[in-house]
Amino acid sequence: MADLEELYRQVILDHYRAPRHRGTLSGDHIHAEGLNPSCGDEFFLDLQIEDGVVTDIAINGQGCSISQASGSMMTEAILGKGVDEVRQVSGTFKVMMGIEEGDDPIDHERPGSVLGDLEALQGVRKFPVRIKCADLAWTTLDDALTQGE
Amino acid sequence: MTDLAHLREDFPILEREMNGHPLVYLDSAATTQKPVQVLDTIDRFYRTMNANVHRGAYELSAEATDAYEGARARVASFINAGSPNEVVFTRGATSGLNFIAYGYGLNVLKPGDKVVLTIMEHHSNIVPWQLVAKHTGVELVYLSLNEDFEIDLSTLDEVLDDRVKIIAASGMSNVTGTIGPIRQLADAAGSIDALVVVDGAQLVPHHPTDVAELGADFLVFSGHKMLGPTGIGVMWGKPERLEELEPTEGGGEMISDVQLYESSWAPVPHKFEAGTPPIAQAVGLGAAVDYLEKVGMAAVREHEVEITRYALDRLGEVPDLTVYGPSDTDKRGGAVSFELADIHAHDLATILDQYGVAVRAGHHCAKPLMRHLNVPATARASFYLYNNNNDVDRLVDALYEARTVFGLDG
Repeated sequence: MADLEELYRQVILDHYRAPRHRGTLSGDHIHAEGLNPSCGDEFFLDLQIEDGVVTDIAINGQGCSISQASGSMMTEAILGKGVDEVRQVSGTFKVMMGIEEGDDPIDHERPGSVLGDLEALQGVRKFPVRIKCADLAWTTLDDALTQGE
Repeated sequence: MTDLAHLREDFPILEREMNGHPLVYLDSAATTQKPVQVLDTIDRFYRTMNANVHRGAYELSAEATDAYEGARARVASFINAGSPNEVVFTRGATSGLNFIAYGYGLNVLKPGDKVVLTIMEHHSNIVPWQLVAKHTGVELVYLSLNEDFEIDLSTLDEVLDDRVKIIAASGMSNVTGTIGPIRQLADAAGSIDALVVVDGAQLVPHHPTDVAELGADFLVFSGHKMLGPTGIGVMWGKPERLEELEPTEGGGEMISDVQLYESSWAPVPHKFEAGTPPIAQAVGLGAAVDYLEKVGMAAVREHEVEITRYALDRLGEVPDLTVYGPSDTDKRGGAVSFELADIHAHDLATILDQYGVAVRAGHHCAKPLMRHLNVPATARASFYLYNNNNDVDRLVDALYEARTVFGLDG
């Protein structure tokens, strides 16, 4: 089952079972919630932005391995980056997943060089009904960034 | 095992392959597959009989009307109703529950009245009452589940007082499979003069149902969950209840006379059937009912008890698997919800699908029940007369594959 192995790569299961930056933030921060009513997946995001830079991040919620791993990987991909760069990462991710149009942004000669662990989520593209799972964290991020404008 | 194996050839879709494997369809609690007898009946209706009902003064319309009303009579006989007039065609169980909730909510219920529900209801038997509660100030009260996944009746005496006007309960849970204690609820309701509304969406397709014995005032169910097409359902009511229930959908067909500022209603059941009804769908439901009667609902039930028992046994062998539902097959139907280790239900469903096994994953439109069980989501395998033990074996094999994908073995 090559497709399944591709979908559930070790790195995805690792982020699912040991999510990074799980918790909540105290103090001044943006809070956004992503819900997928058809399947019940929940993703909660706390984001601290100081001088246009993501200085702290915390995630919470529950759902399938794809939605939760995507969120965990997202935290690593955007922490410490400027908001403009965060938007760029988000756009690259969405193109990689086929959610937005564009040329394949991934350098397949050098795996991980463009989006890091997130590149492991490419396998989801073969399972169209699961793409919305991978996207949940990122639509929540969009919401948070809009709030922060 | 009750030998219904020969029925499989009536269901052409079961010959399909899915992801390179023969399809194992285990989602009949969501919707059932259709036998050729139903498909042919619908096809024949459109090819030879199609016309609007109850209005054309021509032969074709009379034939269509006969087919539509004939289906009503067949459904009435299927649930042992006193007369076809006790059978209202709706779009499904959900629309029947909305008719009842709004019919009483807008016309009868008063602030401070109570509606009693159970924690295992489908959203379709919760949300309409919440909407009505908003308009009326009616209070919603829930009966809970005990640790055996049965409705806890120990609090019934406390809950039922003379403010309770309606008890609305599922005849069979779509999540745990629990058979609802309708007889006990009906007996208790009798002492306080409350109405009993039964959501039979899961009960009627899978269990012999006799409205003369059920004790309910209303029973609703859906055609597509019992071999019929989508878009058709039934609201059965006691004659006096259907008389007192006000229609909540107005339009053509449901009137006796229309004036500028008020109208009078057609007799029951037509006063509830506004607009052109789902005619071919009703005719298809009639064929589905014929099919089920030919097999015999007692045989359907017996078959499902046997396959459910086999499934519970086999699932019990899988390490780290938890079933949410009664273990006693006398107290449950064939919807079996489960969790496997830390594999989320959606991941499980995706993996099973790669092995051709179709199960439902998620909250099953029963979020209050999921919260009560303290699980965000479950996978659910549900059985019908066309499933067999081999389907269960295929499910279990695929569950072991899922364990491997998630690194739980070796």
